[in-house]
Amino acid sequence: MRFLSIYTFDPSQWSGEPDAATIAKMGALISDMTAAGTLIDTGGRTPTGVSLRTTSTGGSPIAVTDGPFAESKEVVGGYAVLDVRDRAHLLEVAQRFLDCSGGGTCTMYQLAEMNDDDAPCTS
Amino acid sequence: MNPEESKRAIETIWGIESPRLIAALARVVRDIGVAEELAQDAFVSALEQWPREGAPRNPGAWLTAVAKRRAIDRFRRESMMDRKHEQLGHQLREHQTWQPDFEALDHEVDDDLLRLMFIACHPILSIEARVALTLRLLGGLTTAEIARAFLVLEPTIAQRIVRAKRTLSEAHVPFEVPDAKERMERLDAVLGVVYLIFNEGYAATSGSDILRPELCQEALRLGRMLATLASEESEVHGLVALMEIQASRMNARVAADGTPILLLDQDRARWDHLAIGRGLAELERATQRRGVLGPYTLQAGIAACHARARVASETDWQRIAALYDALAQLNPTPVIELNRAVAVGMAFGPEAGLELVDALRDASALKSYHLLPSVCGDLLEKLQRFSEAQEEFERAAALAANDRDREFLLQRAARCRF
Repeated sequence: MRFLSIYTFDPSQWSGEPDAATIAKMGALISDMTAAGTLIDTGGRTPTGVSLRTTSTGGSPIAVTDGPFAESKEVVGGYAVLDVRDRAHLLEVAQRFLDCSGGGTCTMYQLAEMNDDDAPCTS
Repeated sequence: MNPEESKRAIETIWGIESPRLIAALARVVRDIGVAEELAQDAFVSALEQWPREGAPRNPGAWLTAVAKRRAIDRFRRESMMDRKHEQLGHQLREHQTWQPDFEALDHEVDDDLLRLMFIACHPILSIEARVALTLRLLGGLTTAEIARAFLVLEPTIAQRIVRAKRTLSEAHVPFEVPDAKERMERLDAVLGVVYLIFNEGYAATSGSDILRPELCQEALRLGRMLATLASEESEVHGLVALMEIQASRMNARVAADGTPILLLDQDRARWDHLAIGRGLAELERATQRRGVLGPYTLQAGIAACHARARVASETDWQRIAALYDALAQLNPTPVIELNRAVAVGMAFGPEAGLELVDALRDASALKSYHLLPSVCGDLLEKLQRFSEAQEEFERAAALAANDRDREFLLQRAARCRF
């Protein structure tokens, strides 16, 4: 089962840049999960980068809203595409990641797969 | 959490933590059978305690601490028995005078997993035993899961594993990374086991399922683990590259009704391009290492030629033929020659390919190999020699071991009649 996980955190809880130990721990977690085939793709959002929202009603030229989006209480920290065996596996991955990141929220959406019927069924 | 959920959660943690735990225990107690038992004991404790008291913050450290306590108890008990025997006039056996350094369990050693891999794939074990032991100890798979993946009965696998552990224990196989002299040969054995697991999943040799993806995923996991443990070895990266690129076609290889789709007919949009990206990156790493390119790297190079072509007609067949040439020199087997014939047929025309295939007809290793008449039929069909092609496809169908393959070949034979 594949999932898109969006990591968000509350900036008022933000304790500053992570220290070297945290960065090393996160690096080890990422390389472990990649080797295990659990982490398919991941990326962190650059806080100083561009953010914008594009909307269309279908057929109309897109409307663009430039960020930062002051109305949102949470900030996106990054994303991951995960491949997990079952719910227990997904929750364990979330636990390990959030332990490492020092808290926050992972919102996970299951992704449609082309060969859902052929997917290994181990649960 | 309900009991079923918490059991699944603990099993998940076991899958993630057990290889490292067993590897560390094996380093300290110098016996993988004992190491596995101690790890299992810790796992059973977790199943008892965690649902009651909640899972610990650091499950890996918890399991290690429990296993360490069990190990100390066990050796204390055994040495007490030894002392009793001594008083009774029995001689102390040499290996019982040795005391493991249990404190060493608290430090993870980088080579632990690599050592465990070398032991699980030790040449004194049969190939089947190596495969079962590797999946069990390094893949964290249960005996039932291994049995299911290989379509054999669970007791068969259980017995295989017990016997393998006994063989290793009786031979006093040292728990170490082989020295430089032996290393290449032993590494080849490890790579061979990983690739065998992959192929068992990728080209299921029997049964009605053409793919068993969980075995492919397991082999990929083992391969990636090896690539970080022995990153200086070109062939390790070559093997991972080969598996990633082959696995990238998994969703495109079989039609909805289960019939196989040939490489050149596959919808390339359905290839997993993230896997291809990882494969090409690994291939790059393999070719950057010093020395002559090995067989896995050459095969990965061939797979990469297909992966790079956005449409089948863009395939660089001349390069593929050249890579098969190099592979055939390294490893002159009829199967590689047959593949070379296919590539030559594509690069330089079906007649050139047929010439190579004809030279293989007498190779005894290919007498019952369905792909020989299948390739031959394909080349003859391209030359519009339909009745000969039909005969070849029928011969191939009679030799195919897989139901799906057989059906597919019979269809191709039937098409030649029109």
